[in-house]
Amino acid sequence: MSDFGSAVTLALGLIIGGNAELYGIIGLSLGVSIGAAVIAALVGTPAGAALAVYRFRGRRAVVVLVNAMLGLPPVVVGLAGYLLLSRSGPLGGLGLLYTPAAMVAVQSVLALPIVAAIVHRTVEDLWARFGEGFQVAGATRLEIIPQLLRIGRAQILTAALAGFGRTISEVGAIIIVGGNIAGATRTMTTAIALQTSMGNLPLALALGLVLISLSLLFNGLAFTVAGQRKYP
Amino acid sequence: MNHHRFLLTSAAAFALLSSMTASHADQPYIVLASTTSVDNSGLLKHILPLFTKESGIAVHVVALGTGQALDTARRGDADLVLVHDPDAEAKFIAEGHGIDRHEIAWNDFVIVGPKADPAKIKGSHDVVAGFRSIWNTGASFVSRGDKSGTDALEKRLWKAADLDPKKAGTWYKDIGGGMGADLNAAAAMDAYTLTDRGTWLSFQNRRDLVILLEGDRRLLNRYDVIQLDRKLHPHAKLELAKTFADWLASPEGQHAIGDYEMKGQKLFHPESDPKP
Repeated sequence: MSDFGSAVTLALGLIIGGNAELYGIIGLSLGVSIGAAVIAALVGTPAGAALAVYRFRGRRAVVVLVNAMLGLPPVVVGLAGYLLLSRSGPLGGLGLLYTPAAMVAVQSVLALPIVAAIVHRTVEDLWARFGEGFQVAGATRLEIIPQLLRIGRAQILTAALAGFGRTISEVGAIIIVGGNIAGATRTMTTAIALQTSMGNLPLALALGLVLISLSLLFNGLAFTVAGQRKYP
Repeated sequence: MNHHRFLLTSAAAFALLSSMTASHADQPYIVLASTTSVDNSGLLKHILPLFTKESGIAVHVVALGTGQALDTARRGDADLVLVHDPDAEAKFIAEGHGIDRHEIAWNDFVIVGPKADPAKIKGSHDVVAGFRSIWNTGASFVSRGDKSGTDALEKRLWKAADLDPKKAGTWYKDIGGGMGADLNAAAAMDAYTLTDRGTWLSFQNRRDLVILLEGDRRLLNRYDVIQLDRKLHPHAKLELAKTFADWLASPEGQHAIGDYEMKGQKLFHPESDPKP
């Protein structure tokens, strides 16, 4: 238990008297994770809604695929990203390996199915309840989607936050494409992995507590800003 | 409403991201694929600011096992390598990837294990005999199993003892991880393991582990910096990399390496220090 005790003390010390290096790491963590979650939300929300509203051949298969990808292993996505972005890979010319942009890219891929699956489930329910009404009123499916998203906005926010939860906690993919470079691509999670490997367990745990606090703060903020209204 | 919020958030996120990349874009940098020990031990953190201050070149360190570090350079994803496996390095150079290999530092490997020392290797200076005792006792042993420089040496030592770890019992734990993960596992299981002295001295979670065997010439550990061949690596920043490689070998670089201490102990010897 003394390990946990000293971790809490350390964590408080880090939060109160944190240094520039820690703030840099926190800034990069938030930047990469929020960036990736936003991209996933921007793509996944319309995609999930379209999957719920449109009827086309192979739709069920796509839904199953999206749900199966909820369990996408980060290390595999990281490896695929590495092979694509490596100088000898097809996208090597972009020079993105070991940059925050590469980290955002792999995390977007990881968060996308989460957002799409939750939005799909939400909009599917809303479509069943309100879709016919809108159609009777003469609206096309394309016009109905924004209406349903507006009604289900609290759930859409949950979907985006679930995407953020995946990205802020992720280490397997970003450590491969980011390289955990001090001052350039080191995030909270890769720093925790590094401190663990250096046997600095209390500090690793303390960084973990800081990360959890940040996540709490961010989620609280998001809910406060967006309000907590539910659809009727 | 929702739409606006999305746009606003994404704009903020992109602004944050671009500011992060911009802050690094104005300074020239190289990517150094290095072995974990020089990074985890704090050596690079100690010497890099000195180099960057003098040259204006930042060094982005990707710390990997030697095997993986060399592979990263083979793919063209590094500008310079700093590793410690003479055999793998020779192969890398023979393949035409590397040109100039330069030893910049050395220290040694040690066998650490539980204080109780069930294999009775304490005080011995014969590492091969020590490996035999561990084998015969069946005391737990943790292996990196990750094709790193340390892993390669361990495999060579088993071979020198005429033993094949593939035929070892369950006491031989191949964890497939870095030096830190290996030491954490050994500490948790009261197991023996082979480690470089630098990582060991800076490692914080030793629990019951102590150094039991050291001082065999076969445990010498040399660190080499290897520059890449332009023919296979036209994209690498070879001039900047050469500046850093030269600095490491220069009196200032060598002094900085020899200067790094932890709890009054030297972790790395500069190349010019006489070897035992």
